Amino acid sequence: MILLDSFINIFIKAAFIENMVLAYFLGMCSYLAVSKTVKTAFGLGLAVIFVLAVTMPINWVIETYLLSENGLLGMDLTFLRLILFIAVIASMVQLVEMVIEKVSPALYNSLGIFLPLITVNCAILGGSLFMVSREYNLTESIAFGLGGGFGWFLAIIAIAAIREKIKYSNVPPALRGLGMAFILTGLMGMAFMSLMGIDPAALSGN
Amino acid sequence: MADTLTKVEEKEPLFGKKERQLIYDPLFDNNPITIQVLGICSALAVTSLVVPSFVMSIAVVFVCGFASLFTSLVRERIPTQVRMIVQLVIIASLVTIVELTLKYLNYPIYKQLSVYIGLIITNCIVMGRLEAFAMANKPWRSFIDGIGNGLGYGLILIAVAAVREIFGKGSFAGIQLIGPSPDYFINTTAESGIGTWFSWYSNNNLMVLPAAAMFLIGIFIWIQRSRNPKLVDIS
Repeated sequence: MILLDSFINIFIKAAFIENMVLAYFLGMCSYLAVSKTVKTAFGLGLAVIFVLAVTMPINWVIETYLLSENGLLGMDLTFLRLILFIAVIASMVQLVEMVIEKVSPALYNSLGIFLPLITVNCAILGGSLFMVSREYNLTESIAFGLGGGFGWFLAIIAIAAIREKIKYSNVPPALRGLGMAFILTGLMGMAFMSLMGIDPAALSGN
Repeated sequence: MADTLTKVEEKEPLFGKKERQLIYDPLFDNNPITIQVLGICSALAVTSLVVPSFVMSIAVVFVCGFASLFTSLVRERIPTQVRMIVQLVIIASLVTIVELTLKYLNYPIYKQLSVYIGLIITNCIVMGRLEAFAMANKPWRSFIDGIGNGLGYGLILIAVAAVREIFGKGSFAGIQLIGPSPDYFINTTAESGIGTWFSWYSNNNLMVLPAAAMFLIGIFIWIQRSRNPKLVDIS
């Protein structure tokens, strides 16, 4: 039960209170580039949730059993962390791409172009690095991966919906497109700040 | 600016007109952040204070320059299928060097930047320049291009940080400029140092929030595009 509590806590915290995009600006590049229509944003959002939830536990295992001083090799290899993490992410993305292509060609066709983009999405590597610096355990890192991915998904859907509607407004020409996207993200960030009042501990009945 | 450039030119005969353009272009008309929309990921979160932004800019200039140089050196030997992995390994090694150096030189700033130093790996500026420039150009040019883009990134970073720190904390790089200085309340009669300028000013907390960075970059883009209508995108 305690396990579940901490799982829910971290999920809610990662998805709403400390949203990857709106509080830490992670994954901004693809967030701004792919948020022109809701449909593509939806696809990329799902792919990010998936990759984040898969790579996080794998990186946790690597960090704990391979790189840390108490691991299998008995040496402090943390200087290899960045290279190994990015290698895991790149190969996971490749693997996910191959699996999806085999299992569901329809999904692959709608996601296909976005999958390679995810390798250089800072949210993925950032999630793994946050996991290390916050010293999460295995369940917590799975929760953080799912929650962070879900938060990213929410943010990109929201901005895509706003950008679809804002086409019909009379925005100053110099601010059209990118400039407006930045200001909208700022406003969304402020809106999400009101969620800071959520107390995850209260939800689990403590 | 012009003086330093001509000096460099005298010392470095390799530094011709083309190279100068490679440095200048990314600073304004082809800025990686406001025009190419690259590298925003790690850019915004460190900009609440000037000093960390400055350190971050130096790190990006270093990584971007040398990653371009090394990629360009081996560009003819990389098979196209695995080029992303090769580039990532080059970048990741450079970032590891930067991370360990910073950890050794200045631990508090290393702590403050936390994961964002590691995130230079996925900084789209570096990858973007490697793909777009270094894979097709000679090493020296690629190096200059990398440095130029790193500087363009640093320029925006420091500009945003300066505005946020001055209006949010009343200081610049840790030196109190406006607003009541910390010793103002003790020594109200004397003009105690620089901090008593505009002593009525109270800090704007909006500027400390992450959202302020978004607004500021939005405004920078607005200014830049209204001065140069060619840059406006129709979408």
